[in-house]
Amino acid sequence: MEYPIPFSRYQEHMREGRFVGVRCGACGSVLFPPRAVCPECGGRAFSETELKGEGIIRTFTVIRVPPEGRKAPYTIVMVELSEGPYVLGNLLGLNPEEVGMELIGKRVLMKPQPVAGDLLLRGEFLVPGFYLV
Amino acid sequence: MREVAVLGVAMNRFGVSQKTNLEMFTEVGLEAIERSGLEPKDIQALFLGCCLGAFEEGQAHIAPFAHSELGLPTGSPAVLMECACATATVSIRNAALLVAGGVYDFVLAGGTERATLMGTPLATRTFAMASHSYYESTVGITFPGVFALAAHMYAAKYGIGLPELKRHMAEVAVKNHKHALLNPKAHFQKEIDVETVLNSMMVADPLQLYDCCPFSDGAAAVVLARADRAKEFVKKPIYIIGMGQAACGALSLQRDLTVVKARVEAARQAYSQAGIGPEDLDVVELHDCFTIAEILAIEALGLYEFGKGYEAATKGETALGGKVPVNPSGGLKAKGHPIGATGAAQVVEIVEQLREEAGERQIPGAKIGLVDTLGGDFGTVCNIILRR
Ligand SMILES: [Zn+2]
Repeated sequence: MEYPIPFSRYQEHMREGRFVGVRCGACGSVLFPPRAVCPECGGRAFSETELKGEGIIRTFTVIRVPPEGRKAPYTIVMVELSEGPYVLGNLLGLNPEEVGMELIGKRVLMKPQPVAGDLLLRGEFLVPGFYLV
Repeated sequence: MREVAVLGVAMNRFGVSQKTNLEMFTEVGLEAIERSGLEPKDIQALFLGCCLGAFEEGQAHIAPFAHSELGLPTGSPAVLMECACATATVSIRNAALLVAGGVYDFVLAGGTERATLMGTPLATRTFAMASHSYYESTVGITFPGVFALAAHMYAAKYGIGLPELKRHMAEVAVKNHKHALLNPKAHFQKEIDVETVLNSMMVADPLQLYDCCPFSDGAAAVVLARADRAKEFVKKPIYIIGMGQAACGALSLQRDLTVVKARVEAARQAYSQAGIGPEDLDVVELHDCFTIAEILAIEALGLYEFGKGYEAATKGETALGGKVPVNPSGGLKAKGHPIGATGAAQVVEIVEQLREEAGERQIPGAKIGLVDTLGGDFGTVCNIILRR
């Protein structure tokens, strides 16, 4: 068995500015981040699929007390992508002091955002960043 | 499967401890064994919870050290278990399953944690290790952050104004602090009001400091035995009549954070095994790591319909003297939350309630109680139902 899209290749796609997930051959569900087993139907045959990066904010928070090594405040959003998957990412381009419940339901566009790892997870990573449309 | 009984139980005062994880667990472990009318040589296995010992004290593989501190026989295995905040409950459930299955007759289970040693920034980082490391921790999610996402989603889903929801959430903290005043083992013994919560610093919008449980040190232990021999050792054995445990993946897979799917399934298993429903519970110790967490829990446990639990504390229904007292110990919120020990301390509270040994916070005539512990970002829930 070969893991469909390992984290390292997911990161390569992000570096190319692309978001690549997998589509379940059995039920058509799109999985992003990519996985090895479809949570909807148990399917394990996938084809790669590129996501448009469009979605809707379903919930959010502003982190004020950060983990060691990070600077607060910053906004985290949970977004439902237009292809179906939910994804966690950072809301950018908006002052965290100015966000509130009106965020929920707003349309966003996903762009790769660099973050630094730390002692516990070493490296440099790209994570989903979101901008209001 | 054989019936399983709880013999002796013990916990220390939660808070800030100068004692090491091993020293704390040795004290409560020996107390629990002694209260069981047993000797350390009678214990056939140890299931120990400690989530972050490696970060608190540079200690991995702590279980064999606890085993030798307690003087257990070399032939009794010692296992470290980890399911984030549900660690000790999972230790107890696995210990109980092995007694039920006839593998062991007498086992010791519980946990120990010394979270305050880490300080807030490192503790916030290490608690966040229980989120998906590559795909979710990397965006900077914290544990208050996870429950903050759930709180905002709850307000939006049920169309409740955020200021209104926050006042009801604050009432959960007020209630649990009030209960803790009656518990000499609680981390906090300080009455607060709704304004205390709403005026405290913001941790992760909309959760403020007093919506959050503290980082605590503490340890708790229970001895489990085959039920048919329990009365040889203690006057009032308490019986495990139902257990459930379930698992879920990353937050992005859970989607609706207002319904903890692992809890719905774990509770279903536990109620079904016990042959009872939520209406039969006299007392509940549940996972109120944040005020919103208690609201999510009373709903998924079936005490309230989904979307209807948020007013329970305000109406006094979940307070001592209410319809179903929730967290008479003060809960994680005020009794404290030494994560690896929390589930065992919940079992200690339920056992003392069912033995009518809970002092000033005794629920008169309590016969059936439920323990509910959630681990990680809703990844594990473990439920245990006990009866006298
Ligand atoms: Zn599928």
